[in-house]
Amino acid sequence: MAEKKSLGKEFTKGLIAENPVLRLVLGTCPTLAVSTSVTGALGMGLAASIVLICSNIVISALRKIIPGKVRIPAYIVIIASFVTIVQMIVKAYAPAIDESLGVYLPLIVVNCIILGRAEAFAGKNGVLASAVDGMGMGVGFTGALLAMAIVRELIGTGAISGLQIFPAEFAMIIFILPPGGFFVFGMLMALANKIAESKGKPKAELHGCESCPMAANCSLISKGGCDDNVKEATVG
Amino acid sequence: MSVNKKLTVSASPHVRSPHTVTGIMLDVIIALIPSLIAAVVIFGYRVLMVTLVCVGSAVLSEYLSRKVMKRHQTISDLSAVVTGLLLAFNLPVSVPLWIAALGSIIAIVVVKQMFGGIGQNFVNPALASRIILLMSFPSAMANWAVQSRFVTTTATPLATLTTMFNGGEVTEELPSLLDMFLGFHGGSFGEVCSLALIIGGIYLVVRKVISPAIPLSYIGTVAVFMLIAGKGDFEFVAYQILGGGLLLGAIFMATDYTTCPVSFKGKIIFGIGCGIVTTVIRLFGSLPEGVSFSIILMNLLVPHIEKLTTAKPFGTPKKEKAAKKAEKEAAKA
Repeated sequence: MAEKKSLGKEFTKGLIAENPVLRLVLGTCPTLAVSTSVTGALGMGLAASIVLICSNIVISALRKIIPGKVRIPAYIVIIASFVTIVQMIVKAYAPAIDESLGVYLPLIVVNCIILGRAEAFAGKNGVLASAVDGMGMGVGFTGALLAMAIVRELIGTGAISGLQIFPAEFAMIIFILPPGGFFVFGMLMALANKIAESKGKPKAELHGCESCPMAANCSLISKGGCDDNVKEATVG
Repeated sequence: MSVNKKLTVSASPHVRSPHTVTGIMLDVIIALIPSLIAAVVIFGYRVLMVTLVCVGSAVLSEYLSRKVMKRHQTISDLSAVVTGLLLAFNLPVSVPLWIAALGSIIAIVVVKQMFGGIGQNFVNPALASRIILLMSFPSAMANWAVQSRFVTTTATPLATLTTMFNGGEVTEELPSLLDMFLGFHGGSFGEVCSLALIIGGIYLVVRKVISPAIPLSYIGTVAVFMLIAGKGDFEFVAYQILGGGLLLGAIFMATDYTTCPVSFKGKIIFGIGCGIVTTVIRLFGSLPEGVSFSIILMNLLVPHIEKLTTAKPFGTPKKEKAAKKAEKEAAKA
């Protein structure tokens, strides 16, 4: 670990800045497939998050034992065992969700997000950081799925998880079909980019009080500047 | 030709085409008017209402989206009016007005302005919007039940034809070929009157707004394949050409400048492709009509068609080029 980052940052980066679906564009197949209903999206998000957190922890704990040449097969075996556990639990306690997710539940094994985090983060970082990273990514994935599912189910059927908001005859069925999925996906990606950009902008442009046109008359200079941008700029 | 009295010095280009965007759009609007009149006569005044809603909401959404995106206004080039008119022509008479307005908003905001406005859209806005509406509101968009002074229909002739072709039982008799030509049959209200559409098409060709290459190759391909499919039955071919949106699509939609190839060869390829896809969908697809899907599909292929049919610069010797290529490859190896 060359630089130490706070655990809070490991968590929050998965929400918007490095949102696995909307910013890193990983795991789009299950995203598009199961986001036709809010319940399905929630089930998928939770299942994938649990697998992600568990596999991150185990892979990070074993990172010094796993030989570099066979790390991918090793990761897959670890992920697959957690997916099997989750699948059995879902089958036992929530058969309805199991039915609605269908093949996408076992397919979590090859979900790019989980393997991607294992390769990019858990294989290089400590157990605690990896667990927090998994949580952040899991929340980001579930959030993106939920946002897509809410838009698609609401416009596509006029209801949110069965609760009718407006009459079904006004619903645009195309939103629960694949083209509508791609459309909503694109819109949400644009939105996430916009948010990430607007958050990143002050960091890129303002460099403390030197570049501030009001610096000469500013009373906050002694306190280190007018907002947290300065601190962030020096830390990050 | 007389020489100019004054010698003017100016930067190139020195010869300008008399065509402007506004002029072309105005010509298209004029060419669409006969069909609009025919539709009003055949289906009644609701046609005008749907058209007004479509055109109005298209212009309004163009104005608002340009304003929100902080781009210069383009409503005066009349392209939004044409999009609204073409979308309206693709709707059944009984369509709810809010669906018509929603269609215009989708066409202008999603398909046209989000990709950069006029000249930047990669598919025809009116057709893409029509397909989105068709997939979103299947029952309202395929409600052909019409009762007016001249026509009482429950199905389009195309649906009947498809059932006949597949050997099913026909519930409604086909209208006579003359009625098909004059427009006294069911369908979207802009597509029924073949006579008016052909008049509009001829006007556009005479004014040199469109080249006849796409409409002729498109309709010709459909005719040839239908003749084969119908085992030489010319009546079947005539019904296929006059029914559905083939004429409207071939004359007004497939010829959209932004979404069709530039070269003559490219236009022919485009037309033949449209014809093949239309025939296949009409005969074997689950929907009775395939014109809009075929044009959208070929729209997407236009960049590739353009690449295939790029004209060689005048005077490039063929042998030298081949020799250079060989040289380059040799250098690479």
